[in-house]
Amino acid sequence: MTHLVILPILLPLVAGSVLLFGARLAQGARRALAFAATLALLPVALLLLERVHDGTQLVYALGDWAPPFGIVLVADRLAVVMLLLTAVVGVASLLYAAAGDDARGPQYHALFQFQLLGINGAFLTGDLFNLFVFFEVLLIASYALLLHGLGARRVAAAIHVVVLNLIGSALFLFAVGTLYGVTGTLNLADLARVMPLLGPDVAPLARSGALLLLGVFALKAALLPLGFWLPRAYAAATGATAALFAVLTKVGVYAVLRIYPLVFGEGAGEVANVAAAWVPPVALLTLAFGALGVLAAQTLRSMAGWMVVYSVGTLLVAVGLFTEAGYAAAVFYMAHSTLAIAAVFLLADLVAGQRATAGDRLDVADAIPHRVLLGGLFLITAVTVAGLPPLSGFVGKLMVLEAAQLAPGAVVNWSVLLIAALVVIVAVARAGSALFWRTVPGPADAATPRPDARAVGAVAGLLACLVGLVAWGGAATSFAWSTAGQLADPSGYVTAVLGPDAAAREQRRSLR
Amino acid sequence: MPLPLVILIPLLGAWLPAALSRALGIDPARTTGVLVAVALAIVLMQAGAALDGATVVQSWPWIPALGLQASFRLDGYSLLFALLILVIGGLVVLYARYYLAPEDSKERFYGLLLLFMGAMLGVVLAENLLLLVTFWELTSLSSFLLIGFWRHQADARRGARLALMITGAGGLALLAGVLLLGHVVGSFELTQVLAAGPLIKAHPLYETILVLVLLGAFTKSAQFPFHFWLPHAMAAPTPVSAYLHSATMVKAGVFLLGRLFPALAGTETWFFVVSGAGLATQLFASYVALFRHDLKGLLAYSTVSHLGLITLLFGLGTPLGEIAAVFHIINHAVFKASLFMAAGIIDHETGTRDMRRLSGLARYMPWTAALATIAAGAMAGVPLLNGFLSKEMFFAETFQVQWLGPWYWAMPVAATLAGVFTVAYSTRFVHDVFFGAEPQDLPKVPHEPPRWMKVPVEILVGLCLLVGLTPAITVDPLLRAAAGAVLQGPLPEYSLKLWHGFNLPLLMSVVALIGGVLVYFSRRYRFDLHGYRQLPVDGRKISEDAVGCAVRGARWLVEGVANQSLQRYVLLLVVAALALGYAGARGVTLTGPAVLTPVDGLAVLVTVALVVSALAVAVVHARRLLALVLVGVVGLGVSLAFVRLSAPDLALTQLLVEIVTVLLLLLAMYFLPAASPPERSRARLARDAAVGMAAGAGVAALTWALLTRPFDSIAWYYLDNAKPEGGGHNVVNVILVDFRGFDTLGEITVLGIAAIGILALLRGLRLDGPALDWQGRPWAAERYPLMLRVLSQPLLPLALLVSAYLFLRGHNAPGGGFIAGLVTGTAMLLQYVAHGSAWASARLPWDYSRVIAAGLLLATGTGVASWAFGAPFLTSTFGYVTWPVVGRFELASAMLFDLGIYLAVLGVVMVIISRLGGLAGPAGTGASREAR
Amino acid sequence: MEALVAVAVGVLTGTGVFLLLRARTFPVLLGLTLLSYAVNLFLFASGRLVLASAPLTDLGLDSYPDPVPQALVLTAIVIGFGMTALLVVLALRALGDTGGDHVDGGER
Repeated sequence: MTHLVILPILLPLVAGSVLLFGARLAQGARRALAFAATLALLPVALLLLERVHDGTQLVYALGDWAPPFGIVLVADRLAVVMLLLTAVVGVASLLYAAAGDDARGPQYHALFQFQLLGINGAFLTGDLFNLFVFFEVLLIASYALLLHGLGARRVAAAIHVVVLNLIGSALFLFAVGTLYGVTGTLNLADLARVMPLLGPDVAPLARSGALLLLGVFALKAALLPLGFWLPRAYAAATGATAALFAVLTKVGVYAVLRIYPLVFGEGAGEVANVAAAWVPPVALLTLAFGALGVLAAQTLRSMAGWMVVYSVGTLLVAVGLFTEAGYAAAVFYMAHSTLAIAAVFLLADLVAGQRATAGDRLDVADAIPHRVLLGGLFLITAVTVAGLPPLSGFVGKLMVLEAAQLAPGAVVNWSVLLIAALVVIVAVARAGSALFWRTVPGPADAATPRPDARAVGAVAGLLACLVGLVAWGGAATSFAWSTAGQLADPSGYVTAVLGPDAAAREQRRSLR
Repeated sequence: MPLPLVILIPLLGAWLPAALSRALGIDPARTTGVLVAVALAIVLMQAGAALDGATVVQSWPWIPALGLQASFRLDGYSLLFALLILVIGGLVVLYARYYLAPEDSKERFYGLLLLFMGAMLGVVLAENLLLLVTFWELTSLSSFLLIGFWRHQADARRGARLALMITGAGGLALLAGVLLLGHVVGSFELTQVLAAGPLIKAHPLYETILVLVLLGAFTKSAQFPFHFWLPHAMAAPTPVSAYLHSATMVKAGVFLLGRLFPALAGTETWFFVVSGAGLATQLFASYVALFRHDLKGLLAYSTVSHLGLITLLFGLGTPLGEIAAVFHIINHAVFKASLFMAAGIIDHETGTRDMRRLSGLARYMPWTAALATIAAGAMAGVPLLNGFLSKEMFFAETFQVQWLGPWYWAMPVAATLAGVFTVAYSTRFVHDVFFGAEPQDLPKVPHEPPRWMKVPVEILVGLCLLVGLTPAITVDPLLRAAAGAVLQGPLPEYSLKLWHGFNLPLLMSVVALIGGVLVYFSRRYRFDLHGYRQLPVDGRKISEDAVGCAVRGARWLVEGVANQSLQRYVLLLVVAALALGYAGARGVTLTGPAVLTPVDGLAVLVTVALVVSALAVAVVHARRLLALVLVGVVGLGVSLAFVRLSAPDLALTQLLVEIVTVLLLLLAMYFLPAASPPERSRARLARDAAVGMAAGAGVAALTWALLTRPFDSIAWYYLDNAKPEGGGHNVVNVILVDFRGFDTLGEITVLGIAAIGILALLRGLRLDGPALDWQGRPWAAERYPLMLRVLSQPLLPLALLVSAYLFLRGHNAPGGGFIAGLVTGTAMLLQYVAHGSAWASARLPWDYSRVIAAGLLLATGTGVASWAFGAPFLTSTFGYVTWPVVGRFELASAMLFDLGIYLAVLGVVMVIISRLGGLAGPAGTGASREAR
Repeated sequence: MEALVAVAVGVLTGTGVFLLLRARTFPVLLGLTLLSYAVNLFLFASGRLVLASAPLTDLGLDSYPDPVPQALVLTAIVIGFGMTALLVVLALRALGDTGGDHVDGGER
């Protein structure tokens, strides 16, 4: 009996509650506590990684109630990768916030912990309704974090986010209700077990529920046409928060990766591959429009916001193949884009802080101070997000391209992927030349203080992870592949949760 | 000696010049020179084997999943290029030391130069094609930084962006082509790919692959119509131009043509596309070069035309043509580098590169003039110089074309014509600059450059002569090795001699030389070169306009679609949901077989009331108070429905939440405008009504379809085990605090976070309520109604009793922590309403966010406690104790958990109401407002 | 009974959606409230309908309602309450900061 699996949830929950209780503690103390709690997630995630590396799927039955009756947490390769990513981004963004952002409103650290709680819970849970609950936790925490620091811009953006996501929650419940009303169970593994048994009479209802669920995840993942709210909202948030939000959109993608191959995959009988017709076109639209958004952006922050959309599009192109190669590409690209986007948001905030007059607007201004440092960071980040070699963006792009190569519609996929990549390269080059080259003559204002070491450290750390992702590309990609293997063959998951003779044992009875 | 060192030394050493010059004040040029020398030494150490025709391949696994190996290859061909890159690179390093102005950052320059050099070496030494593409893109990137070195100049920035865009696009095409190539061959290793030539050429994908790869090569090597980025790259410092446009950047394209020669060359498509592009480029560029007034502009177009020549030679697909191509690659690199350096010297010493202002410089810098003249002669293909030899081979090869049929003569004629132009612009380069009248009003008084600035030029020009006079002993070994490596097979018989006897090629050379000189000297009778202006079409302008349009278009589209209108986003979301839901349910039979439950009058009545008031809300929503009252009615109806449908807990909770929510909305309404402004657009109203109906119909159908179908679920388990396992008769409550307690934990966390968020939102928020109510009557002057005050005080202890009761029985009967919390909260709310928050806060002086935290910690703690018994989180236990008075009484650990819920809920309600009171005016006055 | 529930859920959803598409925060709030009623009814109904009973095992009834959806709806109600409360205050904040109650901030 290992409690390791639930630690990623309990650590932030306890830390958050304690921080809430100790609201009167000194800023330093709260920072230390919050940082310790977040940092602790790293070893936990690494230990879990070590445990699941061989393909083990750790199942934790809460309240000791046997699934499908109780709620279970399941840690498999995919979930643990996401936990690790969250921990890394969390540490980086908290480090950045410690440079001063966290003092711009009350309870920042408590909210931060609750945000992590919601995210980790969503990654670990093996129960559909519990997933809803954790979605709500991470959402409401994200609203509060988005509003951190207040101001009309944030308030206006928050109204959009809150209303849209409340509708999303309603959709989620409609979907849960439909699926429960058809299958009479909520446990994901049990749903996977029941799905093939559905007769043609109820299968359409299950399909309907499955697609409504897809709509919810599309909204969370900011897939177009449901993602237009994202760029402004993320641009409005403080740098550290936006960086953490880089994980948030990935939760939606994770949910698709987690649920559709497992519950509505090949083996789902009448309901099989229900999402396969919908994801690819939407993904291409998102990818293309995201690239245009990056090109159209007039500030570095909104450019970063559209990069989120762009990367989600790329990600879903891979997921939408619903093949092992596609999953592998998706897993690797997920890691890459999460870290890269977080870095972009932090960097945008750094740059904005340094350019006194122009902020992060992409137009001519006084020469930026500390050009070497910031320019260097920007160059590496830009190369990564633009998918140029030799950094992880290139490897990710390669994997997606290779995965899409053997699939139908390869020509379309390739054309859109490559042209969009070129558009992003051009846009990033323009931005860099505007920020660091096209400056009014005259020396940089030496008075501007050097950027805070913690802030720079946060960005540099993320970039270091991205470099590592390539330097140890062999290990990274092979892990992505083994993760994909687990996704492509869900029987392992079902057996791990319900036990070996699951298929035979009928858990459901009529009450009448 | 591992090959990667050759690449890694410059690549990783790129930061050394800056570091050492900062730390020890060492001249960056020296550091760079040393690094280049070391890399060169390593190459030379292994040169022997390659010269003997052997191929050294060293491989390390990198990303096997992608077929991306860190494998490197040294054969004659890559050796040749490595030498060119390093030798000419070294000379450029020396040259730049004197060229760069004091204000230019030498650290940055040499760092970028090393970066570029490393990338270039990577391209030529890569054995794995994906690795090659990787370095290929790196050259685009580093050349972008080099061309934009003078970042303060708009031309430099634009030239850099243009180069990156064009070569970057080509790089992506190349990437696609290479991926397909690897797909066809089954490996990205050159050894396999080169061996698979026949297979590739027979494959249906061959044309696609060819086009994609050629796009990469042509963009890089500035072949027509992608040539235009190159002249604009001249905004770079001259040493950069001398390097990029002689031996490296632009040669990468032709290098690729040679590298993949066995795999792709020799087909009709190859011939027409490659040699066609080459010929067009050569003719066009050599003609344009003649009309450039800028020295570097002339050299740029001459570079383009010579690249065209090389491309054309590869395009012929014949072994001898390929040898000539390789030979001309060497020669062009040598003389073009020296010519760029000479141009740089002239610019450096006179302050201008405009041939309309320069003339007669031979008097001031005779030695430079001599050097430049020889180099220009090599460029023109004058006998006794290296250019002549490869030109001869080229002319000879133009007769060997097999695909042109009756048009066989076209190629030689075109080649000769291009030769004429080449000679003409070479003559102009020499004559305009060094001869003729005294130069007028030059920015500087011209004189010979510093000694060491000339050395690189001298060395290169020396090479021109040496190769030109004694090709057989100087260049032949290297050429054979390189050409052999390209062909991947035995070389045909050929001999490098000055004199091949009287033959057509010689005639063509003579024609070209005489014709070219005539063209130049007859210029003032035919047309005035100096008066000649720019070309009508400018590639940069076109592409920059294209990008500009793209940006404007993108802005228009993005801002038009993502217009930050919530109404649009909501509409999109709803419509998307409808599409998904309906699409999924396609083909469902609406009504299922299940037996239905009977209807009774009361139910109908409630439903009708609910439906009517809901519809009424939609109609009268602009009159907000009325709408709110109607919403209250609807909520009441829902609770009644829950009662009727056997869900007492739900009914109770729904009712309490209803009350608090309506109170909240009332408060909001108090501050918000009393009515919504009337909506102008009828069409929009109709549209929204339609959407609403569609949604309603869909959901109603879904509900009906579900309810009319038989159903079995996991519910029996909870009914069976609630009492024996969970210790409670109220199954819903047992599920909430035990079976699915984890959900509940999350639920109260959500509440807690909401409370924190609300606290943050209320910070420093002050709103003025209206002086009159929504019917124009002044608000009641009496602050706190007497009745309320009298009644409310005894109510509180009563309410506490009730909630204690509800809490304790919750496990077995409707009730529980959540409901109890709400009851207490409502009672307290009444105190605030009755007495105002000042009074109430004085008597209930707790920090309620700490109450929430306590609740969360208690609930979590209960869960963790079960670890002590080796059970998972939230495992419950229960037992019975006999209390006096109460009697036999059950205690379940789940009740502690429930207590946590109680505290959290209470805290949340209190936080909200205790703070909301303070909104209006300075001193908090509860939900009612300050009397005025 | 089933038909009544279906109609009620449908009407609540329809009116809720219509109000969600309004331009002011208050009607949107009302819309969300109605929509959440609809969701709760629907989710509850997914366990099918049982009359004159209760999920209390000590009643010794022969047919019980499905307690699972009831528990889910309870959770949903509470979460919905938290969300609504936040949105209400957010609307007030927007009124204070942007000087209007348009959903896009300010007075459009």
